[in-house]
Amino acid sequence: MKFTLSWLKDHLETEASVAEIAEALTDLGLEVEEISNPAERLSEFTIGKVVSAEKHPDADKLKVCQVETDEGQTQIICGAPNAREGITVVVAKPGVYVPGIDTTIGVGKIRGIESYGMMASEREMELSEEHDGIIELPSGEVGERFTDWLAVHDPAKVDPVIEIAITPNRPDALGVRGIALDLAARGLGTMKPAPEAQVEGQFPCPIAVTIDEDTREGGCEVFAGRLIRGIKNGPSPEWLQDRLRAIGLRPISALVDVTNFFTFDRNRPLHVFDADKVTGDLRVHRTTGGETLMGLDEKEYTFGPGQVVISDDTGVESIGGIMGGLSTGCTDETTNVFLEAAVWDHVQIATTGRALKINSDARYRNERGIDPAFNMQAIELATQMILDLCGGEPSEVIIAGEVPDVSRAYRLDPARVQSLVGMDIPEAEQRQTLTALGFRLEGDMAHVPSWRPDVMGEADLVEEVARVASLTKLEGKPLARGQVGVPKPILSPMQRREQAARRTTAALGYNECVTYSFIDQASAARFGGGGDATMLANPISSEMSHMRPDLLPGLLQAAARNQARGMSDLALFEVGHAFEGGEPEQQHVQVTGLLVGRNGPKDVHGASRPVDLYDAKADAEAILSAMGAPVKVQILRDGPEWFHPGRHGRICLGPKKVLGIFGELHPRVLEQMDVKGPAVAFTLFPAEIPLPRKKSASRGAMTVSDLQAVERDFAFVVDTQVEALTLVNAAAGADKALIEDVRVFDEFIGGSLGEGKKSLAVTVRLQPTDTTLKEADIDEVSKKIVEKVEKATGGTLRG
Amino acid sequence: MDDLRDKYLAAIANAGDESTLEDLRVQAVGKKGEISLKMRELGKMTPEERQIMGPKLNALKDEINSALAAKKQALSDAALDERLRAEWLDVTLPARGRRMGTIHPVSQVTEEVTAIFADMGFAVAEGPQVESDWHNFDALNIPGHHPARAEMDTFYMHRAADDDRPPHVLRTHTSPVQIRSMEAQGAPIRVICPGRVYRADYDQTHTPMFHQVEGLAIDKDISMANLKWVLEEFCRAFFEVDGVELRFRASHFPFTEPSAEVDIRCSWADGTLKIGEGDDWLEILGSGMVHPKVLMAGDIDPAAWQGFAFGMGIDRIAMLKYGIPDLRAFFDSDLRWLRHYGFASLDQPTLHGGLSR
Repeated sequence: MKFTLSWLKDHLETEASVAEIAEALTDLGLEVEEISNPAERLSEFTIGKVVSAEKHPDADKLKVCQVETDEGQTQIICGAPNAREGITVVVAKPGVYVPGIDTTIGVGKIRGIESYGMMASEREMELSEEHDGIIELPSGEVGERFTDWLAVHDPAKVDPVIEIAITPNRPDALGVRGIALDLAARGLGTMKPAPEAQVEGQFPCPIAVTIDEDTREGGCEVFAGRLIRGIKNGPSPEWLQDRLRAIGLRPISALVDVTNFFTFDRNRPLHVFDADKVTGDLRVHRTTGGETLMGLDEKEYTFGPGQVVISDDTGVESIGGIMGGLSTGCTDETTNVFLEAAVWDHVQIATTGRALKINSDARYRNERGIDPAFNMQAIELATQMILDLCGGEPSEVIIAGEVPDVSRAYRLDPARVQSLVGMDIPEAEQRQTLTALGFRLEGDMAHVPSWRPDVMGEADLVEEVARVASLTKLEGKPLARGQVGVPKPILSPMQRREQAARRTTAALGYNECVTYSFIDQASAARFGGGGDATMLANPISSEMSHMRPDLLPGLLQAAARNQARGMSDLALFEVGHAFEGGEPEQQHVQVTGLLVGRNGPKDVHGASRPVDLYDAKADAEAILSAMGAPVKVQILRDGPEWFHPGRHGRICLGPKKVLGIFGELHPRVLEQMDVKGPAVAFTLFPAEIPLPRKKSASRGAMTVSDLQAVERDFAFVVDTQVEALTLVNAAAGADKALIEDVRVFDEFIGGSLGEGKKSLAVTVRLQPTDTTLKEADIDEVSKKIVEKVEKATGGTLRG
Repeated sequence: MDDLRDKYLAAIANAGDESTLEDLRVQAVGKKGEISLKMRELGKMTPEERQIMGPKLNALKDEINSALAAKKQALSDAALDERLRAEWLDVTLPARGRRMGTIHPVSQVTEEVTAIFADMGFAVAEGPQVESDWHNFDALNIPGHHPARAEMDTFYMHRAADDDRPPHVLRTHTSPVQIRSMEAQGAPIRVICPGRVYRADYDQTHTPMFHQVEGLAIDKDISMANLKWVLEEFCRAFFEVDGVELRFRASHFPFTEPSAEVDIRCSWADGTLKIGEGDDWLEILGSGMVHPKVLMAGDIDPAAWQGFAFGMGIDRIAMLKYGIPDLRAFFDSDLRWLRHYGFASLDQPTLHGGLSR
């Protein structure tokens, strides 16, 4: 919303400076976005008088002028054709910045003769495009500031323009008078009385208006109109054109400019039809769907069903409260005009405007809410202005519908205001503020002014009082903790898990990423998603169309981008939500790590090697452990298809409880995702880890044996498909009390063992608890171990 | 006897290795060595002679043994020296590689914010990112026709043709978590709600996904003055600048009344932002007293309870604090960016140790 200072002063009697007004507006909630103040920009230009002008001895087009200024007579070389003795001019002395040529004037020599400044044209001061010569003023004293002269003789040129941001609750501030009212309530001036008009109709209105029965409710509340005949349209007067231009509007014609004036002056959109182009009477009704209208913006609109329009006998002529039609629009030839002032249902305006994608000033105001009580005054004021500017003879006003009664009142509880705001605002001041804003107080009930549709309860009264009292002045008051003493921990077990996982993964050398929650359909489909349930209805691009079913595709895309930048060895991770469906509860946290390429750059130690699934497994185990997962887990196969079918494992507590998955990614997936492998990954599910049962921090007593532990190695020949864990579990089961640990330390495949065979070697650690082990005891356990393993694996002890 | 002594001491001194030394030991003080044989002869001597020769022979034996031990040590030292000389390594070669991981600024700053508010008694609440239309809008006093709905650039989820519920949305703010927290916990309540939020906007300064943290405090007598204090304390602690100054400006949000936008005093010089000095004001958050309708939506009686809510962008305050220029880079996962702006795994922000290094 833009307005000029002089426009504001139409409504507000004030001596406040632009800066004071701007500060107050921002504080009141009408945030100032920009101030354009030409007076400030041109404040150093002064008026001078050319005493003499002689031709430059060395240049035909230049003149050497002696100019009288506030600092005495000075010499200025000038190239303007109109530079001559006796004219009053605008002087920029050395040191003055000239905005139109973006230059600060200095003392210089032009063709050998010194020049101490310049005489300016309008364009050089950005006042207009005029540049045929320097300004010649019809009056003005030497030394007078040019901006002071302008303020008296051409105030529009130095009228500061203020632009404010309007929050959706303040339609009243979409009119200059509403803004003035806020400033007056703040004490920055006093309101001037609102202009009033009452124009007697000279004849009955020849155009009748009806509102369909089904359109009164939620469509058009009231429609007032009148014909003004015999007018002469044409350019509006200079003052009105200046106003509109200052706020960025193009003057069109007197009739259109009048409607725009009221739109911005009083937040009151109006419409004018060329009455000669209207056939028959006007009818406000709902569309059935499929009707079309060429709008004033010269675009054709096709209506859906139920939208509210104004039709004459030939069809739709205007979109109620949003935009008029081109065929009945006013032109310079218009002689009979039909003026409309109506109140439309704001919800209906919003939905129709959105559906038709029209962003007009009328829609903007009508959907936020105009002052319905002003409707009948608006038509009178606009009539008066049309008569003043265009002449003509007005008809009587015709009315369809009724001006809605929006009167309501809420209780002002001064104690509650103080308690909510935390500021000491006396009751008298609270009442005073509301009264100044147009509320009418009756006892403790505050009656809301008709132009404030946003005030819908007691809380809104608090807001009005608080913002006028100034929140800038609010002093902070300490908020005591809920409980006395050392604050209790606040993180939930899941939140602590996520934090532990994140920091552990980073400690293991992974770089944390935050990737978008939505990915492309093809990638989502590759990782078990991509269905309609997780699809966005209005994605910003096809790359971001589906909620991610898994964190891996996002990380793989990140890896591909990094590889494209020349970084081939990567360790990336993310902790975040994946979405198994489109309902609010269908999200779960994943901790996903991705290793690509080698475990490090090649080095002198020969430590660099391609990453493999055991890297992913080691990290997965470390992170699970940091999250408090149990040590004893099962490793099962048959995980999701984006892993290498033979090179992945699911870390499980039973067949249904999956804590995580690790493994090598499927080569086809890497190919599709444009990632150069090898690539291994893990995905962990923190929520699947059971919560610890114990509540105490105590670790329990430590039990250690002083007796010597014994280690024995065994090697077994088994089929290659036999898994090490089967062998280890069998060995450990041979004597659960004595066997402390079984560790695989060697795997050897093929060679002399023959096709399909491998050798697995384990170290078994025996820890006696009551007596030292004798050789016979060891032999006995060894025998049992061999038996158990051979039975479980079908293998044999390697000779 | 002196000859014997000189002979062996000289031989020991000249011995070049341990085996020569061992031979000498056997020859001199071994069972059948020269000195041992002489000691055996002591028995045949007169007591007087024995009185003189005994100590002498014992002294000689001790001296030889000491010389042997000393020489043995010297030989071993020399051998070790020789080995160590041969074991020279180029210590300027690079060490074995070790990957350095990093924590993303969004995670780090979320933890910083959490640490500060935890001290003021706020818990951390989380909620769904795919949200019902009711939780994201209606419960927050944003009815269907409200202009704020259109202005929020909402992402809608696809709705199957046979499902006539309004489509779910990707939450446009973390405010619905406040509603869910109030429903679940009632009053009094103090929570912050950090997390991902979504708006259909993508340009120089906007990404379709970003992060917000919202705060909610409801009690019997919480006022807007308390809100201002909490935010002042937060900003002082978060930006680690003592002289933080905030400016409250009246504004409008459907879910709070009164509402205020909050600016922080700052200066811009040479592209660098400094908080707590200068003449500029930078908008950092929105806040206000929770609207009675919102309390009711959360099953809390607005006649008995009141409180404040606020919300700010996590990415935004991270950018301000750590001088990160481009929001879009947050979600690009460029390894160079992750390393430059990331945090070490053990740099866990705490109030007692400090939030940042």
